[in-house]
Amino acid sequence: MKHEELLHRCFRCGWCKMPLNYTDFNCPSYLQYRFESFTAGGRMWLIRAWQQGEIPAGERLAQILFTCVTCKNCVQTCAMAGIREQLVDIFMAAKGELAERGLVPPPVRDYLKAMQTHGNPYKRPDAERARWAEGLDLPRYSGQAYLFYVGDEGAFDELGIGMARSVARLLGEAGVDFGILAEAETSDGNDVRAAGEETLARALAEKLTGKLNDLGVKKVVTLSPHAFNIMKTDYPAWGGAFVVKHWTQVISRRLRALAPAGTALKVAFHDPCYLGRWQGEYEAPRALLKAVPGLALLEMPRNRQNALCCGGGGGNFFTDILGHGGDQAARVRVREAVETGADVLAAACPLCLKMLDDAVKAEGLDDRLAVRDLATLLLAER
Amino acid sequence: MNDIHDELVRIVGAAYVSRAEEELYIYGRDQGVQPPGRPDYVVLPVTTEEVRRIVLVAGENGVPIVPMGGGLVLSGLSVPLKGGIVLDMKRMNRILEVNEFSHYCVVEAGTSQGALQAYLARRHPSLKHSVPDAPPVATIAGNVAIHGSGHLSQSEGGFHSEMVTGLEVVLPTGEVCRLGSCSTVDKWFSRAPLPDLAGLFLGWNGTTGVITKVGLKLFPSFPLKDVLMFMTEDIDAVPEVIARIVSTEMGEDINFFVTPKPAYFDGFQMTNVHVVARTPREMKLKQALVRESVQPYLDRKEAGFLPLPAHMKGNLLAAPQKSLSEFADIRKGGGFEYVGSIMPVEGIPGAYRAGLGIADRNGVTYSMGARVVGRGHAVMFYYAFPFNRSDGDEVHRVRHALEEANRAALDLGGIPWKTEVAGQRMILARMDPATVALMERLRALLDPHGIMNPGNWEVAP
Repeated sequence: MKHEELLHRCFRCGWCKMPLNYTDFNCPSYLQYRFESFTAGGRMWLIRAWQQGEIPAGERLAQILFTCVTCKNCVQTCAMAGIREQLVDIFMAAKGELAERGLVPPPVRDYLKAMQTHGNPYKRPDAERARWAEGLDLPRYSGQAYLFYVGDEGAFDELGIGMARSVARLLGEAGVDFGILAEAETSDGNDVRAAGEETLARALAEKLTGKLNDLGVKKVVTLSPHAFNIMKTDYPAWGGAFVVKHWTQVISRRLRALAPAGTALKVAFHDPCYLGRWQGEYEAPRALLKAVPGLALLEMPRNRQNALCCGGGGGNFFTDILGHGGDQAARVRVREAVETGADVLAAACPLCLKMLDDAVKAEGLDDRLAVRDLATLLLAER
Repeated sequence: MNDIHDELVRIVGAAYVSRAEEELYIYGRDQGVQPPGRPDYVVLPVTTEEVRRIVLVAGENGVPIVPMGGGLVLSGLSVPLKGGIVLDMKRMNRILEVNEFSHYCVVEAGTSQGALQAYLARRHPSLKHSVPDAPPVATIAGNVAIHGSGHLSQSEGGFHSEMVTGLEVVLPTGEVCRLGSCSTVDKWFSRAPLPDLAGLFLGWNGTTGVITKVGLKLFPSFPLKDVLMFMTEDIDAVPEVIARIVSTEMGEDINFFVTPKPAYFDGFQMTNVHVVARTPREMKLKQALVRESVQPYLDRKEAGFLPLPAHMKGNLLAAPQKSLSEFADIRKGGGFEYVGSIMPVEGIPGAYRAGLGIADRNGVTYSMGARVVGRGHAVMFYYAFPFNRSDGDEVHRVRHALEEANRAALDLGGIPWKTEVAGQRMILARMDPATVALMERLRALLDPHGIMNPGNWEVAP
């Protein structure tokens, strides 16, 4: 198995469970299950035991591995230089090994099948990919400065569509020259790879990069931090030679053009893992919020590199393998937001948006906390 | 066994009971070199009442119970030697009270050091607790139960077990008891003036009951902190150096260490003195008094204070020190274990020399050091050996080195701390027979079914 030579170097000291400021447990799957086996250290020891034939691979091992949501909290906090950088890669490789042996949990199997056969997890035809932009009169990409890529959630998820429409409006009002792919979009493959299916992820990536290269795209602005991550980190090696930005990065450089009005809202911001810990961008979304006069930006105890994941990564957004209940990361997260006294919890990722919105309802906090996507929030305050 | 499983599921819910191979594997071993065990069940209670009911089920069925906190003891104390139920306490992690005037807190047993640290920093920044050098997921209860020590042990009252103001425990027969002032009034401020029953559960390796709540002393938190590193080449001078510095009462934490790596430390003995203050003036004065206390050594040019770069100061001042966990990777093999010996300060030179011999004879890498506990009343001297988990021969040599270190500690007038079963037997073999008999009578009285962490503190296997 890839990185097998590193497995024995995990001491299982447990730093991986917490954020850097120790606020509380910060590994979503450990929060949910609470067995030592569901920590990064537990996974390392179990993968080694499995590789050495000390334990068999079975449903429980698959559950333990596939509930890693690839949030990278462990990478941030692991004490061991030399292995910490590889932790998530190791877990993805182990998922891949299990997949090769047919030991994929049924919800993950169904997700991957949908990606294979439909090209998206919603099992919708590509022709519907353009519906998010209906009525916005957005140009098809034809050599503009940017291609605006909305991905599967921006095309098919109700909240994601709303966010995509708001971001498109913001881009337009900020004077960004961009076009869209509409029904020609295909999936970016980030979460397929996080679910351990690298071959399929690469196939999806190559399909998309082929289109973008054919169109001569030089710069891409993404709706989702997940797409931003794979395009920025992996696409260059897979033939995608374009500059990639997350939409908050593009808009934050054009704040003057937006001239937001004043507001008395108290807003907490939830850092998406693929924007923050994966790509190191913590300030662009905050710059957008700070640009709104009167808006009080409140920080949760776990913010920036210490942020608690919403639990939507690693394919869990589609598979729900992480499960439900009061210890679900998103529910813990909205309770944390409420404690700050915020009126609004702002999200810059369509997956986080949906996870947190569902969590507010599950917690019965609708009357105390509204979950808003950052773009829609900015438009409303203009 | 299905009946027991069903009972456990009824108590905590199916999600928090496991007998899957994966959990039995993980909970059957720790990070050290002790041989693995194999639990029958792993159970995650969230209330004292759940613990009580689990203990009753175990008692009725004669099934062992092994309480576990952070699982970081390294010497196998939470490895189930005779099977049974591992009781992972970390779901019980509520911080129940912080008393700003009487300077104590009350926490559930699974509360981690890190969570309490973060909670105090956020909500009660004028207070702090003594933090051990274990990773932040180590639990408060686990650490006091093993007589842990930490960064306030020198200045604020000794072992963490001495900072306990009260306990709630579930007895092996299922009764829930409160010990200390909380047994009589609704406050957890002190163990005195009552008969000190908390001692029945501190240092016993979980063989007398399950701690479910802890009252713990808190101390003032100072905004300024610095560290001085005093370096000598004469190990025989170290006890006097420590005594002189301790006598100033200016140090918050005092640690001695030797290490062959990095090479520029090899052959030197370092004593770190942590100084805290409210103002720069106070800091300057305290540092001057520390320096003055060892002036004769400076005058004779036998020793000196090492200038420390900012990043090294940052590492040394961190509580806990993450760099100590990195020690486990020195052999690129993810393992280390140490013998901590509680001994008098004057035992340091002998312990150091013994440690060099042990490392040399066993062909293992070492680090040694000591934390001053109390105002020089004792030290926790450690012999730490990193190892490569994938190198069976090295694991064997480290195990042997640890056995030698246990014996050396006892020969030098110290007592191995939180030691593995073999070390416990060495201690019992040298213990006053009347004391051993008293321990056995107390255990038999408290735990008539013999279910609590069996194998520990037992004279015979």
